[in-house]
Amino acid sequence: MELVAPAGSLAALKAALQAGADAVYLGLKNATNARNFAGLNFSETDIRSGVALARGLGRKVLFAINTFPQPGRTQEWRAAVDAAHDLGAHAVILADPGLLAYARDRYPHLRLHLSVQGSATHLDAIELMREQFNIQRVVLPRVLTLNEIAKLARQTTVEIEVFGFGSLCVMAEGRCLLSSFATGDSPNNKGVCSPAHAVRWTEQNGQLDARLNGILIDRYAPGEPAAYPTLCKGRFEVDGEFDHALEEPTSLNALSLLPQLAQMGVRAIKIEGRQRSPAYVAQVVATLRAAIDAAQAAPARYSVRPDWQASLARHAEGSQTTQGAFERPWK
Amino acid sequence: MSSYQISLGPLLYYWPRQQVLDFYAAVAKSPVDIVYLGDTVCSRRHELRPADWLTLAATLREAGKTVILSTPTLVESGAEVGQIRRIAAQDEFPIEIGELGAIRALGGRSFVAGPHLNAYHGATLTWLRGQGAVRFVLPLELSRVDLIALLAEKPLGLQSEMQVWGRMPLAFSARCFTARHFRLKKDDCGFRCLEHPDGLAMRTQEDGEFLAINGIQTQSGQCLDLLAQASELAEIGVDVLRVSPQSQGTLDAIAALDRQRLGEAVVPVAPPAGIGRCNGYWFGQPGIHWLETRA
Repeated sequence: MELVAPAGSLAALKAALQAGADAVYLGLKNATNARNFAGLNFSETDIRSGVALARGLGRKVLFAINTFPQPGRTQEWRAAVDAAHDLGAHAVILADPGLLAYARDRYPHLRLHLSVQGSATHLDAIELMREQFNIQRVVLPRVLTLNEIAKLARQTTVEIEVFGFGSLCVMAEGRCLLSSFATGDSPNNKGVCSPAHAVRWTEQNGQLDARLNGILIDRYAPGEPAAYPTLCKGRFEVDGEFDHALEEPTSLNALSLLPQLAQMGVRAIKIEGRQRSPAYVAQVVATLRAAIDAAQAAPARYSVRPDWQASLARHAEGSQTTQGAFERPWK
Repeated sequence: MSSYQISLGPLLYYWPRQQVLDFYAAVAKSPVDIVYLGDTVCSRRHELRPADWLTLAATLREAGKTVILSTPTLVESGAEVGQIRRIAAQDEFPIEIGELGAIRALGGRSFVAGPHLNAYHGATLTWLRGQGAVRFVLPLELSRVDLIALLAEKPLGLQSEMQVWGRMPLAFSARCFTARHFRLKKDDCGFRCLEHPDGLAMRTQEDGEFLAINGIQTQSGQCLDLLAQASELAEIGVDVLRVSPQSQGTLDAIAALDRQRLGEAVVPVAPPAGIGRCNGYWFGQPGIHWLETRA
């Protein structure tokens, strides 16, 4: 099982490789990838250094070009594919059929991964992308249970990659317009969710309000720990009840499931967080590296070590971790 | 004078059987041209069984409507795959696909590409056309400027359709938020959606209108209203204008679109009681905004 790590900067890329990632994924500094944040992502010079470093170690660099080309601007996304190819990408991670068609026709030898933003949640969707674009790998949306993943792994020849750690999208990826509804910018059209430019914090008598484009996402009592106002994780009123109406801030943590995922034939475990620091990347990669190695060396004797959990808990969003849709506790 | 067809999107809510039948009986008498049928949100809903939808489809067709069967938007289990296969197995009615995987089940048949396929540029439209799409529903978050740019890239033979009225379906999840609100399991949900004919309002802590919960779907709290832009949309080249069913006002919206295409003045339609309006996307703004465009 390959460990795929996020790299929002050259420093994070180096940290990931040093900590034992088999592959890193990165994006260019524009709207062609789903973490289009200020100060994040790669210039061409940085990519050249990163790719050279990875290749020297026998590791891989994957280019995420996983937003949707906007009307009249197709060329920007095609240029990103061109750049990925020219800079030596091991594979490109794409979501849009029009862009997949371009990559297939222009660079028949370039490996294509279907991004989680492509929303391929079942066999026919995956097989259609294989037949049409010869995708080599699919990153599964975080809506599937273990049983559903196992079934898919048996039924398709496309490699399967799943998320193993990181912030949890409660919505099916590539199917969420909440952010553009509230702020104008969304993962699909700008590569951002709940963008920082729309965030306003105001404090009054110790009460802290977190707003997105003026919309009150959460309100904290004095001393209560506050989280970034990701809009689906705020507290709202439904029928007179005030609560996290959609989701509590949680992180996905699939440590305990690694032997099962490996046994199912899952080919890669992905860590979320290109927006996170090199320190986050180093510690999460090192922990998952140790866990994956242990799970593969002796799956029957595998158990999650307390120091692994403790290390990941330091980086989990919110106060708890969850196995999310993998085990679907709400079902 | 501008010309367009009027469609009624699939019913996104879970209404009691008799309410559904009464609603479509009224739709049959309305000036709507195209009616999309089927539950695209939740495979557990069963007030109408597959055979009932087909009977309803036949009745509407007899009333002169073009009936199209819609496939689910989020496919995560065998239940939704079965739904797609059943719809693909019939050949009486054309099909709207809710996600790309359904294309494979259609075996080369033509289809309408639904609103959640993320078709934002010409190359993807060309690919969809090659797969058999005869019409596509525009992404909800397009502005007027982007809409014009997208239609300029549209391949020949592909029609376009756009939602102009009704709460906007904005997000889909494996999780059922209605069940969560009632502290119920998704698979033992008590079908509480039946109690909320327009979804369950989700307001901010200072009582601001924001979103609405409809099972696994999250919608705009506000009702999209682009009725005033109908003629402009037709001039830009949108072929079909879609009304999305709400418990109130749906037939008024259809009637208002019909009067406009006959050249009558724009008459505002009230959204369902207690629900505001929005049209921000059209103006390149956050979708939640409402900009007054009438005199």
